[in-house]
Amino acid sequence: MEIINLEVDFLVVGGGTAGCMAAVKAKQKSPDSSVLVLEKANIRRSGAIAMGMDGVNTAVIPGNSTPEQYVREITIANDGILDQSAVHKTGLLGFDVIQELEEWGVKFQKDNEGKYDLKQVHRVGKYVLPMPEGKDLKKILSRQVKRNKIKVINRVMATSVLTQNGRAIGITGLDVRSGDMYVIKSKAILLCTGACGRLGLPASGYLYGTYENPTNAGDGYSMAYQAGAKLSNIECFQINPLIKDYNGPACAYVASPFGAYTANATGNRFISCDYWSGQMMLEVWRELNSGKGPVHLKMYHLDESTISEIESILFDNERPSRERFHAGRGENYRRDGVEMNISEIGLCSGHSASGVQVDEFMRTSIPGLYAAGDMANVPHNYMIGAFVSGRVAAEHAMDYIKDIDHGDVDSDFINTERERLLAPLNNPNGIPHTQVEYKLRRFVNDYLQPPKSPKNMKIGLEKFIDYKNVLDELGARDPHELMRCMEIHFIRDCAEMAAKASLYRTESRWGLYHYRLDFPNRNDDEWMCNTIIKKSLENNEMTIFKEDLKPYLFDVNLNKEKYDVSVA
Amino acid sequence: MALTNNRVDVPVIVDESKCLDKCKACIEVCPLDVLVKNPDTGKAYMKYDECWFCLPCEKECPTGAITVQIPFLLR
Ligand SMILES: Cc1cc2nc3c(=O)[nH]c(=O)nc-3n(C[C@H](O)[C@H](O)[C@H](O)COP(=O)(O)OP(=O)(O)OC[C@H]3O[C@@H](n4cnc5c(N)ncnc54)[C@H](O)[C@@H]3O)c2cc1C
Ligand code: SF4
Ligand code: SF4
Repeated sequence: MEIINLEVDFLVVGGGTAGCMAAVKAKQKSPDSSVLVLEKANIRRSGAIAMGMDGVNTAVIPGNSTPEQYVREITIANDGILDQSAVHKTGLLGFDVIQELEEWGVKFQKDNEGKYDLKQVHRVGKYVLPMPEGKDLKKILSRQVKRNKIKVINRVMATSVLTQNGRAIGITGLDVRSGDMYVIKSKAILLCTGACGRLGLPASGYLYGTYENPTNAGDGYSMAYQAGAKLSNIECFQINPLIKDYNGPACAYVASPFGAYTANATGNRFISCDYWSGQMMLEVWRELNSGKGPVHLKMYHLDESTISEIESILFDNERPSRERFHAGRGENYRRDGVEMNISEIGLCSGHSASGVQVDEFMRTSIPGLYAAGDMANVPHNYMIGAFVSGRVAAEHAMDYIKDIDHGDVDSDFINTERERLLAPLNNPNGIPHTQVEYKLRRFVNDYLQPPKSPKNMKIGLEKFIDYKNVLDELGARDPHELMRCMEIHFIRDCAEMAAKASLYRTESRWGLYHYRLDFPNRNDDEWMCNTIIKKSLENNEMTIFKEDLKPYLFDVNLNKEKYDVSVA
Repeated sequence: MALTNNRVDVPVIVDESKCLDKCKACIEVCPLDVLVKNPDTGKAYMKYDECWFCLPCEKECPTGAITVQIPFLLR
């Protein structure tokens, strides 16, 4: 294992949606600074949008909605727990981002008058902008990275954040093909490694049959935690209504503007709105538990040309393999509903609201360390939120680094990290990562899948802590297997945080995401606050505590405005 | 530790007659990094059964040599 040392001004970890945008914005703002994108896969086709996207879920377009309306809707949808100023950014800058993407060649749907053709999927307001031709999104982004002459290192996975006196000064990484170790010093670091998509085990039992791109294993959540950053509201899980077994979105967002809807076994509506929320997931859970399942996305009542049009979007974009999935099972939308199921749990602020705590400039609690995209806690942020947060972080960071020198790397830390990376390679006959990961994630299902029970969560927490010993038994035979082993470290950290946070918040909130059987009601008197997880730097223990919400920018009366999507 | 090799049905099939020796397109784009060249034949194959059935490999192959199936457990 060679050690490769590098030094840059601004380091972007994860060249996905947020990361590509951040790198371009950093370079545009400060052309003389060295900007590096470090990517575990290859930025041409990595992350959530590897095969494009079939729509923008959170587009605030003048004439359709205002940033204030958007912030109000997310405040209500997220049961009041948010930093409105960060969500406001998504509303303020999203339009700009969409226009810039359009200049780069990304196509958004327009009506006959050439205006953005927004659709209503949310409870109130039009925020969904279809992208029927969105399949080349990631290629277009990576072209912009190239055009701006930004240095990219593909196939290197960041493994830890380096700090000095509480400031972030770099990262360590693993070349997942050669096995070499990277030590990269940087004046500011942006973590944007996506969701923790490999937390629960899919019902299929296939480790990589996840909703999220399985490359995103919670790397950033864990690295930020280990560096001492605050994470917030980790008990607010990501749980999605997905195509059973396939585990991809059934895509009511695409289909519902055409007249499709989510229905129970008798073909009737049971939710009034298809926008994903914990409250909606709770309605799905109730429906399934009242004998009216399975639930399905219903399109079979639509006419042929409408169904063909929906298919042309869904089979070409985002998760195009769904076409062969249905074909293999002899299913046809003209006749069959798309059977749906409740997914395993994950962590993702792009969809729900848990992650590394950030302010409106995407600063974490550690100076020099920024977070953006799915791993940064800006509720319901989705794709446009990832672009906006990447941009905001980069532009802020380029100012921050002006008066900053590089830090000094602690060689003891590097040696310890090197030993941690070498351990599985030195133990080639150790337990394979597949088995170690399978069992860990099965425990996540057994003990954390909502509804949550106190004793279950306690057992889970103990098991996840004990599982540190199992990680010592991991064996790897090549750098690729080593990458998977190190990802299990990330997943384990996330599992421990998920159990700890779920036990701590003794109320129910966010519908199914944090539905506790022993505290079934929302308790605003005690819990209208963030829960913060942070590593104690004295004894390395995981600590958890309450923290006040930031004052709202816009008053919302949450007693009056309840997010209710049930059909009476 | 005692280990055994289990047989698994892998989702990605490469038509070796169409795979170009000098090409690496599928290997470069796969987000899970599960495709490699067989050093003996110069042909691509799926070395690790860790697939998101996302299709970049298939889309970027210049000769149409790759077929991605839905992994057996989900199929
Ligand atoms: C199937 C699916 C459908 C979706 N549909 C929509 C939609 O229709 N509309 C919408 O608005 N949003 C949608 N979303 C959400 C949206 O795509 C995400 O919120 C957004 O793309 C997240 O961006 P990101 O930059 O945080 O993560 P990503 O784009 O996933 O980028 C993360 C990057 O980090 C890299 N990485 C991970 N770990 C490491 C590491 N240790 N070191 C280095 N690199 C690393 C990954 O390879 C990846 O390139 C969807 C998401 C999914 C998964
Ligand atoms: S379908 Fe996706 S994950 Fe599977 S081999 Fe192809 S590129 Fe890799
Ligand atoms: S992209 Fe096609 S031709 Fe190129 S290596 Fe892969 S299978 Fe062979």
